[in-house]
Amino acid sequence: MSGPETSEKLVGDEMGLDTPPVLAVDTLLDDPKTRIIVCCGSGGVGKTTTAAALGVRAAERGRKVVVLTIDPARRLAQSMGIASLGNTPSKVAGVSGHGGELHAMMLDMKRTFDEIVEAHAEGERARAILANPFYQSLSAGFAGTQEYMAMEKLGQLRARDDWDLIVVDTPPSRSALDFLDAPKRLGSFLDGKFIRVLMAPAKVGGRAGMKFLNVGMSLMTGTLSKLMGASLLRDVQTFVAAMDTMFGGFRTRADATFRLLQAPGTAFLVVAAPEPDALREAAYFVERLAAERMPLAGLVLNRVHGSDARQLSAERALAAAENLEDAGIVDQESGKAGLRDSDADTGTTDTGTPDTGTTDTGSPGADMSDADVDEITVGLLRLHAERMQVIAREQRTRDRFTSLHPEVAVAEVAALPGDVHDLAGLRAIGERLATGVPAGA
Amino acid sequence: MVSGKGGTGKTTVAAALALALAREGRRTLLVEVEGRQGIAQLFGAEALPYEERKIAVAPAGGGEVYALAIDAERALLDYLQMFYKLGSAGRALKKLGAIDFATTIAPGLRDVLLTGKACEAVRRKDKAGRYVYDHVIMDAPPTGRITRFLNVNDEVAGLARFGPIHNQAQAVMKVLKSPETAVHLVTLLEEMPVQETADGIAELQAAGLPVGRVVVNMVRPHHLDEEALGSAAGERRADVAKALSRAGLGGSRRGGLAERLVDPLLAQAAEHTGRVKLEREQRSVLEGLDVPTYELPLLGTGMDLAGLYELATELRKQAVDE
Ligand SMILES: Nc1ncnc2c1ncn2[C@@H]1O[C@H](COP(=O)(O)OP(=O)(O)OP(=O)(O)O)[C@@H](O)[C@H]1O
Ligand SMILES: Nc1ncnc2c1ncn2[C@@H]1O[C@H](COP(=O)(O)OP(=O)(O)O)[C@@H](O)[C@H]1O
Ligand SMILES: [Mg+2]
Ligand SMILES: [Mg+2]
Repeated sequence: MSGPETSEKLVGDEMGLDTPPVLAVDTLLDDPKTRIIVCCGSGGVGKTTTAAALGVRAAERGRKVVVLTIDPARRLAQSMGIASLGNTPSKVAGVSGHGGELHAMMLDMKRTFDEIVEAHAEGERARAILANPFYQSLSAGFAGTQEYMAMEKLGQLRARDDWDLIVVDTPPSRSALDFLDAPKRLGSFLDGKFIRVLMAPAKVGGRAGMKFLNVGMSLMTGTLSKLMGASLLRDVQTFVAAMDTMFGGFRTRADATFRLLQAPGTAFLVVAAPEPDALREAAYFVERLAAERMPLAGLVLNRVHGSDARQLSAERALAAAENLEDAGIVDQESGKAGLRDSDADTGTTDTGTPDTGTTDTGSPGADMSDADVDEITVGLLRLHAERMQVIAREQRTRDRFTSLHPEVAVAEVAALPGDVHDLAGLRAIGERLATGVPAGA
Repeated sequence: MVSGKGGTGKTTVAAALALALAREGRRTLLVEVEGRQGIAQLFGAEALPYEERKIAVAPAGGGEVYALAIDAERALLDYLQMFYKLGSAGRALKKLGAIDFATTIAPGLRDVLLTGKACEAVRRKDKAGRYVYDHVIMDAPPTGRITRFLNVNDEVAGLARFGPIHNQAQAVMKVLKSPETAVHLVTLLEEMPVQETADGIAELQAAGLPVGRVVVNMVRPHHLDEEALGSAAGERRADVAKALSRAGLGGSRRGGLAERLVDPLLAQAAEHTGRVKLEREQRSVLEGLDVPTYELPLLGTGMDLAGLYELATELRKQAVDE
């Protein structure tokens, strides 16, 4: 790090002055001008959960919403009634209020690709494409196909104009940026130079056309056929020829959806867990959105840990646990030492001294049940110390992000003890998103 | 082969496994195939070139860990060079985007190049006829893609029915399906990764690929026995307050610090108990899979070389205990 700007921020950081603005989720959801919300972020951070929770909340606040989910957890998909692949939205039962509605779907990448083919080629040609081994390989596994198809589906949903809000989940890619880059990559790949080279012989009539090629070209094709085998090369050429008319279309459509993402009605939410990897990705994404002039609404910090006993530091909890472990004998000295690093709380409502006059204080003859209680209490204290360490670690990670991007509004979502797999869970997440119920409450 | 759901610790576990073997005096090659430089990052080294580099020497045991980041494009060019002496034609193909095309349009083709390079390292011998590497460990693609990735024969079969690619795929497949290969799956004790692990095992087995172990990663320590906690939550509330007070945390009477701490501490414990219960459910799902497991603890301080060695030690301990 260098430069005057950075060092200034570092000072602010050290003094703990950097608190990011709070993301007003309900305002965003209620605004009729918000037409598309995109949830992005690196894998496993809670994109799908956040997208679904926003959908439920927006619908229950009166909007007509569709949620496009990608690879949801099985139980979540079941509870929303979208576990079977239909590749079209269906209404989610049990979500209502203020005249709103929730529709949801799960993206079927291959089906979406097939539909594009069917829409752009007539019967015979479409069938030839769908049966080609290269098409099958491309539609099922090309890195980026899922991202491309998510974009495609978003474009379709928007074109139908049946909903006033579309919430989009993004594929579980390793990097949040893939969602923006992959469609262009696929588009330029399908429009690429090499494809045109391959197409030349096929266009002029299959193998007979070879003789029209210049020497360099036939050398090239010769090499390729040596490498791939003649039949393989022929398959590729047939495929490329059959797809010919669609290539330009792919690029145009990807570009159109890209522009849709830049439109004022679109809001990006970057989802991240308070962990270094996830927040580093989030920071990249924030910078990238700015460069692409895409509207960022804010950061959803998911799975944040909290505590209602923050006044008790980790060190002090551990010291107290050790006191109890010393065979039930209270070590007054280290007990007090533990108190020294504590906060103002101790001095006011509390004397800071242990109870006196009761039989259980430091009595060597403490019975079995007292020992049990001590053991439990030691466990409670160690658990708390661990929690406080997690909180401190998360805070440091967050501070780093905030010092890089102090302007980004943040909504915090507590880590729930279990998975989120039903509407009740989604409502709980939505509530936390909107009202910032502090972690641990 | 080390696979698992994204983010569960594939790279970390693959590296720890390599270190564990190095401690036994073995020479190990650690390879990655997704072009992410995860290994270099983990070892705090510079980005790995397309070349085998020594990245660690075991302090005890004398073994070594080499690392290699396999790149499909480079592997294809190497392959062309080796078999066809293409020279400048190879460069021309690259310029035209042909290499990019070949390695992307057909993931099967790409995979056969990546696994092919790893198999080459497995079979490589020195002048004395000894294997150069005792073990080759791959930080492999995630569970969702692992079967397709390894099952190159099937993948390529539809594309190349004969010819050099076909032959290469067959040779690779022979190594991958042999008892010398094992696919380990890393998981967390959470619903989605466990589900993916179950699906992944079924797919691998259906494809005749050898499933190794399930590595349960980032296991949290448990401080409380749940029954004891149950009673604490109930009638022992006041006793806990007193114990806190005895421990030096202020008064246990109403308004005292110890008394005010009881509820939040018990709430945290209840949350913990809930999580332990979920973990136990996931553990029993894993047991039902009937695949042997290793367990690695969650390291509280982030991952560094010391942490990797800690995990390596843990792996060795569990391997010996069997
Ligand atoms: N036992 C552990 N204790 C603590 N942290 C761990 C442990 N194992 C892995 N991690 C951390 O978890 C994160 C993910 O691990 P890693 O990068 O190895 O996963 P991966 O499965 O390779 O991820 P990807 O799917 O992105 O390749 C890293 O930050 C790593 O340091
Ligand atoms: N705040 C939360 N508290 C507890 N569990 C959560 C929370 N957010 C997400 N999860 C769980 O984490 C897992 C991964 O979430 P998911 O939304 O599928 O991630 P992504 O779509 O980013 O890959 C799911 O099992 C989900 O239930
Ligand atoms: Mg998801
Ligand atoms: Mg990795």
